[in-house]
Amino acid sequence: MTSDSSKPARVYFFGTCLVDAVYPEAGVAAIRLIEREGVRVTFPPGQTCCGQPAYNSGFPEEARRVARHQIRTFPDDLPIVVPSGSCAGMMKHHYPALFAGDPELPAAQAFAARVVEWSEFMVATLGVAYEDRGEPIRVTWHSSCHALREMRVVEHSKALIRLLRNVELVELAREAECCGFGGTFSVKQPAISGAMVADKVDDIARTGAARVLSGDGGCLMNITGAAARRELPFEGQHLAEFIWERIHG
Amino acid sequence: MDDGFQQNVERALADDQLRRNFAFAMGNFILKRKAVFSDPTETERLRTVGEAIKRRALARLPELLEALEAACTRNGIRVHWAETAAVANRMVLEIIESHAATRVAKGKSMVSEEMHLNAFLAGHDIEVVETDLGEFIIQLAGETPSHIIVPAIHKNKAQIATIFHDKIPGAPYTEEVAELNAIARRTLRRKFQEAGVGLSGVNFAVAETGTLCLVENEGNGRMCTTVPPVHIALMGIEKVVESLEDLPPLLRLLTGSATGQLVTTYVNLITSPRRPGEKDGPTEVHLVLLDNGRSRIYQDPQLRRTLQCVRCGTCLNHCPVYTRIGGHAYGCVYPGPIGSILTPQMEGLDKAGELPLASSLCGACEEVCPVKIPITGLLRRLRDEAVSDAPGGIVPGRGSRRSLSERLAWKAWAWLNTHPHLNAAATALLGVFGDYLPPAGPLERWMRYRVEPQFSAKSLRRRVKEEKVAHE
Repeated sequence: MTSDSSKPARVYFFGTCLVDAVYPEAGVAAIRLIEREGVRVTFPPGQTCCGQPAYNSGFPEEARRVARHQIRTFPDDLPIVVPSGSCAGMMKHHYPALFAGDPELPAAQAFAARVVEWSEFMVATLGVAYEDRGEPIRVTWHSSCHALREMRVVEHSKALIRLLRNVELVELAREAECCGFGGTFSVKQPAISGAMVADKVDDIARTGAARVLSGDGGCLMNITGAAARRELPFEGQHLAEFIWERIHG
Repeated sequence: MDDGFQQNVERALADDQLRRNFAFAMGNFILKRKAVFSDPTETERLRTVGEAIKRRALARLPELLEALEAACTRNGIRVHWAETAAVANRMVLEIIESHAATRVAKGKSMVSEEMHLNAFLAGHDIEVVETDLGEFIIQLAGETPSHIIVPAIHKNKAQIATIFHDKIPGAPYTEEVAELNAIARRTLRRKFQEAGVGLSGVNFAVAETGTLCLVENEGNGRMCTTVPPVHIALMGIEKVVESLEDLPPLLRLLTGSATGQLVTTYVNLITSPRRPGEKDGPTEVHLVLLDNGRSRIYQDPQLRRTLQCVRCGTCLNHCPVYTRIGGHAYGCVYPGPIGSILTPQMEGLDKAGELPLASSLCGACEEVCPVKIPITGLLRRLRDEAVSDAPGGIVPGRGSRRSLSERLAWKAWAWLNTHPHLNAAATALLGVFGDYLPPAGPLERWMRYRVEPQFSAKSLRRRVKEEKVAHE
């Protein structure tokens, strides 16, 4: 794998609110894996949420207020690495629309241009290589809809998994289908969301994988929550945390 | 509609047969589409062409409609303008009555569903027979279409066998597809011969030539438009395109997206009634142009993009919500993603405001839409409209889903997410007390299908601070 020549000396890390509260281990792993490549990571402590929940719920003004806060919290002209396809998609593809007609549109556009999803950054910018020290394991991969369709980074994520020689990646029969999370959708349309995640965990269970990996905390929380409820025999893990574990044996 | 929608959803999800029927059928449609659109680059190019044709036509809509009327009139097709479904129904009835007809053979038309035409005509003692096989099945069953293209897709073979056996005099019970087809064919042939008027929809109308284009696979559409002495075509005003040259890419997109075919068995181009010396065809052709809210939708440049739709139904086939709950659960004429953006604009957010919420915004629909309607953006727009407290706007029922508690909740959320110290404190509290949250409200709804979220004792922000990642 080749990296492009524009490897930055320093990057920002936007951890996302879900990684902050539910998957901090994944955030720490994602940061350490970047640092391991000789890139300094700055984590602005004032960061909060990308604003997507309000944006998707009919409250663009509230979303804008929160988005503006992030834009001001990441002032330097550095890449902003995000360990989530969904939050990255919000910041990269929706901030410009959210600020249409707003005096801060140019700032929002400049911010959006700096946003990069974590696995894409690791593969396309840093060109990482890993020594897998873990025991043989079978895993499967869940693509978040926004990683797949907005950020289009799923091939990068899978490329990272394929770097690990003791890891067998079994793909889902319906990988491109939504797990039913959809942020507030999961609690506004609980029955439909519940039916979707039930089918997703069945699909995962059929692979016989010990673990389902994903690049998005929201999907993971949904999938592992439903799997635990039904006592299905697999775990969920963020890709960054998985890789950190594998290279440390 | 709210409680109604939730009840519909729960009923649909509890119906295992229904879910199996939909999952099986939609899975097939997805594979068939993929087979004809196997080259992503070429498909993308074609979709871009389709989008451009429809957007160009919509940009000139008023002018093209007048051109269409002029061309049709020149060709001998009588054009009628209907602002509402009620007006369109009366126009159709008047034409039928002017010929003293009592029997109508009808081809597939979603616009007629929008008008609830069958019920209206039945109320005036006109017998309407649906001749599209799927429509025929659900008419016998007393149901409405559950899909735009395949209206009886919620029925499997055994269910259809039972309907035919129960409703068609003399029909034996059989699950043989060929025999079921033969039964329908025998029944419908007589109906075509007896009908005084044939009704049809329109897939595209060409302004330049006054041509009505109609695609189908069964031949019943051609029968409806050629056998009865009078043909009435029903069309939403957004179906007009500029020229004949627009048809090949649109037809390729429509049939490829709808049924995974390269071309349909029948492609009908109707340009006039029977001309002197011709041996067949109707002696009168009428075109009813229905507005029914479309010109209102047209006024807003973003909402206007809803009108690009060619009614292929592929967004339904690819929608993880539609494929689980089926078409009837939506409780409206147009189900699925397109229905969730079109219905609230036509009928009002007060009646259909729940539909834009029935989406995880996964974007599977948008990825396959042959004319690139930005469906997720329109769903979001309608969510905004539903809770808006600004006056004005063109979407009926704007602001009807406003709730003070929801507004306050989002204001509190925004405040918490613009005050990092408070946010960090709240996250820390979740880490400590998250396990003791009462299972009420959203958390209760989450926990119907999942265990509670496992909040971490130490947030990422704290870990970063303690482990000395640069933070400034």
